[in-house]
Amino acid sequence: MNISIIAFAVLILVSIGLFAKNAKTIIRNINLGKDLDRNDNKGGRFKLMLKVAMGQSKMQARPIVGILHFVVYAGFVIINIEVLEIVLDGLLGTHRLFSPLGSLYNFLISTFEILAFLVLVACVIFLIRRNVIRIKRFLSPEMEGWPKTDANLILIVEVLLMSAFLLMNVADAQLQVFGSEHYPQVGSFVISGMFDGVFSGFSESGLIVFERSLWWFHIVGIFAFLNYLPYSKHFHILLAFPNVFYSKLTPKGQLPNMAAVKKEVEIMFDPNADPYAAPPETVGEPERFGAKDVQDLNWKQLMDAYTCTECGRCTDVCPANITGKDLSPRKILMDTRDRLEEVGKGIDKNGKDYDDGKSLLGDYIKEEELLACTSCNACTEACPVNNDPLSVIVDLRQYLIMEESKAPAGWTGMLTNIENNGAPWQFAQADRLNWKDEE
Amino acid sequence: MSELKVPTMAEMMASGKQPDVLFWVGCAGSFDDRAKKITRAFVKILNKAGINFAVLGTEESCTGDPAKRAGNEFLFQMQAMGNIQILNAYEIKSIVTTCPHCFNTLKNEYPELGGDYEVKHHSQFLQELINEGKLTVEGGSFKGKKITFHDPCYLGRANDVYEAPRVLIEKLDAELVEMKRCKSKGLCCGAGGAQMFKEAEKGGKEINVERTEEAMEVKPDIIATGCPFCMTMMTDGVKIKEKETEVKVYDLAEMIAEANDL
Repeated sequence: MNISIIAFAVLILVSIGLFAKNAKTIIRNINLGKDLDRNDNKGGRFKLMLKVAMGQSKMQARPIVGILHFVVYAGFVIINIEVLEIVLDGLLGTHRLFSPLGSLYNFLISTFEILAFLVLVACVIFLIRRNVIRIKRFLSPEMEGWPKTDANLILIVEVLLMSAFLLMNVADAQLQVFGSEHYPQVGSFVISGMFDGVFSGFSESGLIVFERSLWWFHIVGIFAFLNYLPYSKHFHILLAFPNVFYSKLTPKGQLPNMAAVKKEVEIMFDPNADPYAAPPETVGEPERFGAKDVQDLNWKQLMDAYTCTECGRCTDVCPANITGKDLSPRKILMDTRDRLEEVGKGIDKNGKDYDDGKSLLGDYIKEEELLACTSCNACTEACPVNNDPLSVIVDLRQYLIMEESKAPAGWTGMLTNIENNGAPWQFAQADRLNWKDEE
Repeated sequence: MSELKVPTMAEMMASGKQPDVLFWVGCAGSFDDRAKKITRAFVKILNKAGINFAVLGTEESCTGDPAKRAGNEFLFQMQAMGNIQILNAYEIKSIVTTCPHCFNTLKNEYPELGGDYEVKHHSQFLQELINEGKLTVEGGSFKGKKITFHDPCYLGRANDVYEAPRVLIEKLDAELVEMKRCKSKGLCCGAGGAQMFKEAEKGGKEINVERTEEAMEVKPDIIATGCPFCMTMMTDGVKIKEKETEVKVYDLAEMIAEANDL
């Protein structure tokens, strides 16, 4: 018994330690982004988090999946109370530590069983949607390979964990019938009770081995799953909360005004400015206009990338994507995350000033993708965790135009016209009121 | 010829008067042939309701919206600062515009640059006129017509204005029919984000065709909108589908003006 307690303690320490290390790397990576102040209106932000992250309000736009997803999420959170008992049992060498709670205990475990069963059913439905019904948005090019495997792995692991939990209780009930030592007489529970007697043909010792194996499989599985999160899109179960808390609260149509540009323009418009004055001293490196790589984005945009769970609701409603253009808002955020991971690994290996010569723009995201965006905000409206792929697109566009002077012919003309005659078309400003006398 | 009364700010200032509201016409409203009709229709309504308004006329310049969306923040802020100087010099407090892009930029992006105004889209302004009894609308030729409203992205999702346009349509005694993707789920016409000013990227279909086909599914007599760029896109879409005899595309202001025989 002592050996299993030690093994269990080591398991917990190693998994929590490993998870903390990987989580720290992700936080470090997110902090590679530029500063952005999102600490205003904390009350409103908290409410938004309750509604969108906890209440999953935006998931309910598609009610059937919305309810199934809520079941999996609520099940996951509530079943964790049972994991607390399992952890304490493991550390203390007890079994069903909370069973003295009596009928409350039976009520709780039965509730967990119902939830576990519902989670299992929901995950099977999700697997069917992805692999049998083959819903279109799960088949986009950016979902090939790892993203597809990742999604299926998550679902299969959840099915296995829930099955182990239920099966463990079936075996436990039989062991109670056998009157085995260490198995308190708690009776059977609502779901596992339906299978009472299926293990009656087992020998007691054989069934104990079976029950213990399931118990270990379940708890090792949970810790393994915890450590899988940082490598997976499933990390959204944690990041969804801060990500929604720090969402953009201003109207969707409002793009931020670049502070560096504002300073320069203000000087140009200041009648008292000395035209021959030396340019104002800038501290550190001159700021790059727009974003070429992930470090040029702000931390919130990088958090978006780690929060994205690749559901594809953004891409599904994107007018460019719907009409066959080479733009998928989901891919924009997946690329941002993949590039950030690459930059992070480079830093871990070669120090913080390491430059691998690659960049988000060019090596991951192509110009055509950026140019296809209509800035319609359908993607930001659809995102269940309030991600903002549009802001990344606009920042990359800014780099293209302001640093590389790259623009499609139409835009070059439009920009020149605005500059010369204050309209996107070539009409004289003096003719601006001509409409008044036309009919 | 013109019976429109369109005072400019310069004239107002010269005679020591101040308008209650500035009508921001926008580039499309000033220069695009189709959009100019919307501008005139809106002015007819303003004249009829006896609104004390003015325009900047030749002193107006692009808000900078397409430059900003294309990525040229420098040009955007140059335009913004220039406009703000003029608006502030005239002590403008309140603005109404028939263009959701101008609306969004003036309302949301100018304040931080020093231009703080109360900004309304013309659908909101017209709804207020009706509520205040300054304007009465009877269905007229639109009575019983099937009208579907195409939500401009920069009015709807961008600024959460969904009701005012629909209230106006209902005032026309028309039958409002919604497309499958409407309000916050409305599909873009394809013009936003400065797409209006460039060739579409390679793809299977034009966005305005996709949207027009969706509109056709509800078999409307009229596709209504509240944006000069959506107007261009939807009108082109209807032409491409060769439906221009059955389906008309109108701006809200045009319908209100026509219903009032203006």
